[in-house]
Amino acid sequence: MRLGYFTPLAVFAVLALALGIGLTLEPRNIPSALIGELVPTFDLPPVAGRELGLASADLKGGEVALVNVFASWCGACRIEHPLLMALSRQGVVPVHGLAYKDRSANAARWLNQFGDPYRRIGLDLDGRVGIDWGVYGVPESFIVDGRGVIVAKHIGPITQRDLNETILPAIARARQR
Amino acid sequence: MSGFAQGWSTIAARAVRASLLLAVVAMAPPAHAITADTPLVEPRLEARAILLHKVLRCLVCQNQSIHDSNADLARDMRRIVRDRIATGASDEAVIQSIVARYGDWVLLRPPFKTKTLALWLGPAVILMLATAGVLAYFRRRRTKAATAPPLTAEEQRRLNALLDEPS
Repeated sequence: MRLGYFTPLAVFAVLALALGIGLTLEPRNIPSALIGELVPTFDLPPVAGRELGLASADLKGGEVALVNVFASWCGACRIEHPLLMALSRQGVVPVHGLAYKDRSANAARWLNQFGDPYRRIGLDLDGRVGIDWGVYGVPESFIVDGRGVIVAKHIGPITQRDLNETILPAIARARQR
Repeated sequence: MSGFAQGWSTIAARAVRASLLLAVVAMAPPAHAITADTPLVEPRLEARAILLHKVLRCLVCQNQSIHDSNADLARDMRRIVRDRIATGASDEAVIQSIVARYGDWVLLRPPFKTKTLALWLGPAVILMLATAGVLAYFRRRRTKAATAPPLTAEEQRRLNALLDEPS
């Protein structure tokens, strides 16, 4: 039974491997239950001074879109804001906004100050629609295919890397279907 | 004004300021009053809501239930649970509607299904393996002792001598 002496080493190796993999996971990223599901039914009014609100029907028009959950009180939203502006300016994908638990005037002021990348914005004053979307931390972004099915979700501010590695490929895949 | 009187007036001024501050602090509403929930009027329904709050995870604080957490999101979720219960939804329906949005992860007690088999049965399997290992070890030791060669005549004589020795 010489082999028995290696048992502790083997157990250690398995543990180290399992825990090592665990270390690389991001505990804040909870897999969304809504991937592959239709967007929740909602109809939100626009932000002050704007005309287009956001409703589920707007996401079923046959065009892949990015729905970005933001708020004027959200500091991290400022980080991804230039990227969204670029996406919108270059016409890569239509970007819609969900102003989560924000006051109409505050959201409008924020957009006027930093720029408005959104085609349509729904004002979710009490956060109910946000919860229907499974939102738990702002900013969050969803890729919705032309039929209104959520195909991808990104939690936290979008970086250039996220854009290149996950978001743009997800948009491309959604367009192919 | 003499230095003595000036000293007293400063102290008096301080006392007035301190009592003003105290009065302001005492009059301010307690911080939790702003975020306090409106409980359901019917105590039976409120009790059901609280039970559900306790099994749902707050997604912001992650290891607290929405009952324990004072995060904004937890408060909104508590309100949603209360609203659903008030409109006559069953406990299962309320839980299902939250799970549909946030996934099984929102349940503090993970459900028993294929994906969570290792989670639920893993500890039992490891315990059984360990028990089997320990049993095998002792059995081997016992059989080794039983199959040891008998003592030689010399060894037997020495053993007897040791046993007979007065202590």
